[in-house]
Formats: sequence, C-alpha cells, structure tokens
Amino acid sequence: MSGVTVIAVIASAIRLATPLLLSALGGVFSERSGVVNIGLEGIMIFGAFFSVLFTHITGNAWIGVVAAIIFGIVMAALLAVVSINLKGNQIIAGTAVNLLAAALTAFFLELIWHRSGSTPICPDMLTSNPIRVLEKLPVIGDLFKQFTPFIYIAIVLTFVTYYILWKTPWGLHVRAVGEHPKAADTVGIGVYKTRWICVLLSGVLAGLSGACLSIGTVGLFREGMVAGKGFIALAAMVFGKWHPIGAMGASFFFGICLAIQIQAQSFGLDVPGEFLAMVPYVATIIVLIGVVGKAVAPKADGQPYEKDEA
Amino acid sequence: MKKALAIVLSLLLVFGMVACGGGAEVEEGPLVVLITDTGGLGDESFNDSAWAGFQRAETELGVQIQVIESATSDDYLPNISAAVEAGAALIICNGFLMAEATQQGAEQYPDQAFALVDSADAQAPNILNLTFNEQEGSFLVGVAAAAMTESNVIGFVGGIQLPLIEKFQFGFQAGVKAANPDAQVLINYTQSFSDSALGKENALAQNKLGADVIYHASGGCGIGVIQAAGEQDFWAIGVDQDQSALDPDHVLCSMIKRVDVATFNAIKMVVDGEFEGGGYVFSLADEGIGAGDEAGNLPADVLASIEVWKEKIVNGEFEVPYDANTFANFSL
Repeated sequence: MSGVTVIAVIASAIRLATPLLLSALGGVFSERSGVVNIGLEGIMIFGAFFSVLFTHITGNAWIGVVAAIIFGIVMAALLAVVSINLKGNQIIAGTAVNLLAAALTAFFLELIWHRSGSTPICPDMLTSNPIRVLEKLPVIGDLFKQFTPFIYIAIVLTFVTYYILWKTPWGLHVRAVGEHPKAADTVGIGVYKTRWICVLLSGVLAGLSGACLSIGTVGLFREGMVAGKGFIALAAMVFGKWHPIGAMGASFFFGICLAIQIQAQSFGLDVPGEFLAMVPYVATIIVLIGVVGKAVAPKADGQPYEKDEA
Repeated sequence: MKKALAIVLSLLLVFGMVACGGGAEVEEGPLVVLITDTGGLGDESFNDSAWAGFQRAETELGVQIQVIESATSDDYLPNISAAVEAGAALIICNGFLMAEATQQGAEQYPDQAFALVDSADAQAPNILNLTFNEQEGSFLVGVAAAAMTESNVIGFVGGIQLPLIEKFQFGFQAGVKAANPDAQVLINYTQSFSDSALGKENALAQNKLGADVIYHASGGCGIGVIQAAGEQDFWAIGVDQDQSALDPDHVLCSMIKRVDVATFNAIKMVVDGEFEGGGYVFSLADEGIGAGDEAGNLPADVLASIEVWKEKIVNGEFEVPYDANTFANFSL
C-alpha cells in the first residue's frame, strides 16, 4: 500500500468514526451520571432531521447545527423526565425515544415536504474543510482535504469531556452520582439535577452527531440514514470503558475496520463484508467479558434514584 | 376517577379511528396496495418508481391506491395481513427482500392476488412475478461509462451483495468490457441499502484509486455516491429512476428500470379482470429497462453507440451476462 492510500484509509476511518464518537461522548456523560441512554439512536435521528429542516428554512447550515442541538436536548429531556423523575425503566424509555424519533421524523417529512423517505438537498452543507491551511502540511496534508467541521468539533469535545468529568469538582460529582447516588446525596450533591444536566448534555452531543450524518455528509435527511449508528456508539462507549478518550479510540477502531474493508474491496481483495461488520459487536463482547482489561460500568448505571423522604 | 377517565379517553380514541376508517371508504374503483421493502418511499429510486406506477393507475384507471412502508423485515407479513384486511384487490410487494413474506402471505390467503417485484423466488398460483433484465440496462450505462472515463478506471458501488445486485454489476462490467476493454472496474458493496454515509465513503475510496465514473446500485446509499461525485467532481451513474435531478452536473446518466410500468401493468390486469399468477420479465425490448439522460450529459456519439448496442441486445445477437459464470464466458 502506498502512503497516499494509507492516508486515504485513515481519513476515511476518521470520517466514519466522527458520528460514533460524538454520540459515544453523549453516552459517557449520561451513563457516568447513572442513566443508561439507549436512546442515542433516536436523538441522532432527531438531530439529523432538524438540522436539515432549519438549514432549508434559513439557508445556513450552522443554524441547522444549533437546531440539531436544541432538538437533541428536547428528545433527551423526554428521556430525563421518564428515567429520572418518574423513575421509569431506562432501557424502555430509551427504546421509546428511538421509536418516537423515527416515527415523528417520518411524519414531519410528510407534513413539511409532502413526500416520504427523504428531504430535498440542502442549500448549504458542512462537508468541506474549514481549516484550509492544514491541507498545505507535508505528507499528511491530504488527510485534511475532506475534514468536516464536525471532525474538529468531535476531537475538541473529547478532551473537553475528559476535562469536565475528571478535572473539575462538578465532574467528580457526576461520577459520584453514577457510582453511589445516596452517598452523593448525603453530602449535598443534587442527584436529580446532576443527572438532568448529564442527560441533556448527551442530547447535545447525539444531536450534533445526527447533524454530522445529514448536513455534514450527504446534505439531506433520509429515513433510516442513521442506520444503527447510535447503537454502535453505545458499543464504542462500552469498548472505551465509559471514558471519553477510550470512546475516541474505540470509535476510531470501528472506523478503521470499515475503512480497511472498503479499501480492500476496491483493491479487489475478497474480505467478507459481513465479517467486518461484526467487529464492533464482537469487540464489545470481548471487552465486556473481560478479555482485554476489564470494563466496569458505573455502579448505579441504570438504576433510578429514590430519594428518602425521611 | 383516573381509571374512568382513561377508559373514556380510550373509547373516544377507538371511535375516532372507526370514524376515520369509515370516512375513507368512498365508493370507487378497487383498492390496490403497495408494500415497500425497508428502503421505503423517498429513495428517489426503486420504491418511488413503483409508487409512480400506482399514481398513474389512480388517474388513468380510477383505482384507490394505498402504500404501506415496512420499517423492518419483521413488518412484511403483518403489513400483508393489514392490506388483506383492508380489502385490497391486489397487493404489490416491492422488492426481492419480500419474497419469503410474499410466499407465506400467498399461502395464507390463497384467494388474494399478489404481485412480487424483482423476484421469482416466491411461486404460487396467486403470485405474479415481475422481474427485469437489469443486466441489459446496466450494460448500456457501462458502455456510456467506458466512453466517458479519462482515467480508464470505473467504479461500481452495490448495496447488499445478492444475486439481484450482481446482475447490475456483471451487466455493467460487460458493457465496459465491450466498449473499452482496457478500462478497469472497481467493485464495492456497502452491505446496506440505507446507510448513505457508507455509500459516500465507498465512492470516495474508488475515486482515490482513480475512478472517474461510478455506477451505483445501492438504493439509499446512492445519494452518498452522488454527493461524493459533486464534491470530488467525477461522474456518478444513477439507478432505477433518472437520478439526474439530484445533481445534474455530476449524474452522467441513469439505468432506468421502469418499475412504474411493471406496477401499472399489474394493476391494469386486475382492473381488466385478467390477473393470473406466473412470471413476466421486462427487458430492453419492451422498454421496461433502458438508459436515460434527462440532464443531457451524454454527447451524441456516445448516445449513438448506446443505440447500436441496444439494437444488438434487442435483436438477440448476444446474451448480456448476469452472474459470475456468464460474465467469465462473455466475449464478443
């Protein structure tokens, strides 16, 4: 393989990994605070749809990004109400979010554009590299040619997430709430408030991830375009051991598996696609059964917190 | 109190539904129902084309039309049952993915007329199989690709690698080989019909290796292929419908598969009372398959050479390959 090809494969892997990473970061926030967020897929669908809608209305893709974040928060708020305040089953609440998002977007599509399946192409997109200077770099300049703004955003947010969760007092609170909410409550940390903020943050990140798939990749919304990426993002989060940097590594690993498969096919090598499509899931299972180090979920992950009234 | 309220509300809801259902039953022509595969409407391609045939039948034949979109493959059979219960005179199952469900449905409802597009795998006296010689149309766009490439590298992006999609691939490869034996064809399969991002990555990878004309047969992934063509300035070739509206400057031409003609004809048979099970194959000869260039990107000489090849195929001078075997034995 020539250097150009290696760069092309890496670039492709990074593009494929970005939506996974953004969503996985959302999962890290939510689950570190003790709320399992299986609704990432649904929030992504919402983000993908509303970013396209508002780009159509305003003609500006950045406003579309803001819309994706806002509607991501709306979807996440639904999950938060059910799983934090009403103490409902988080898995079921997340599944409901997924079903609701898929159905609502299909309905809005019909309502707004009077067609089903897909929207028209957006007048504005975010598919080109915003930092042109990087393309002039020797050797790796090519890498940046098709870097969308979302790639830079995702990388920055990974470190921001790490900083917030591990280097600030509030981050410590979040992790305490996710491990032992009762103890956290005893020392005066608002468990509900902390969980709310974290779930809403997961809405921000998964919404962004959806926008990355629509206006950041193909410039329109199509039903089914999220294609299970919310679940692969969850797998990336687990594979990354509920850690932002780990999630980044895991997303890139999943991305590179796909990119290598694509490249191998183009070269005419016969790598069964089904086999490589399994990699994310197999890797996650291997991590979960403790073959490569141990992945331990936050202790109170998935458990609603019942405040003692006494 | 709460319980009573809940009961009242649910009763209201039920009555509401009944009322709506009643309102829809206007005395008109027979009801025909389209059930899409998981690709769904709005693919600007296969399912939309089938629906176009329904819309034509609504205006020309006065039938009532309805579409049921399948979210997952588990929905196929329940959707068929729903269509039967709605009193459909004909149920058209769109796509080979629905073959198994159609077979089960046809056995469960032996008096119900079914048509299955794109597959002959389900066989029953009440199933009409509507299939196409996609390899013939793919051959023609292959000729176009071979004429337009400057790098002599051409790409093919398929959806899930199934015998049906391989018909597109081998027909296309044969067309390229016939018109330009020096050109190389890169083959990629996305293993999806909906993941547009994957379609784009596959096309970008092929373009990086020099492909400057890329033909896709990948449903919803195709929008990604066309998007990549726009960004990197190469030619994409559309499929099933004329897809030039998506990007008139980068969609060279499209392989046209007149699913609309197939669905319209099937509906017409029912309206005329001539429906019977069996098979019908659409081909270049009856215009059920073709190559289209609405945006006018093909120069006159290329159009002329497409016409020449088309003539040869229609006259039966050679058979267009449709799988690995026939392609290996293909020579002119």
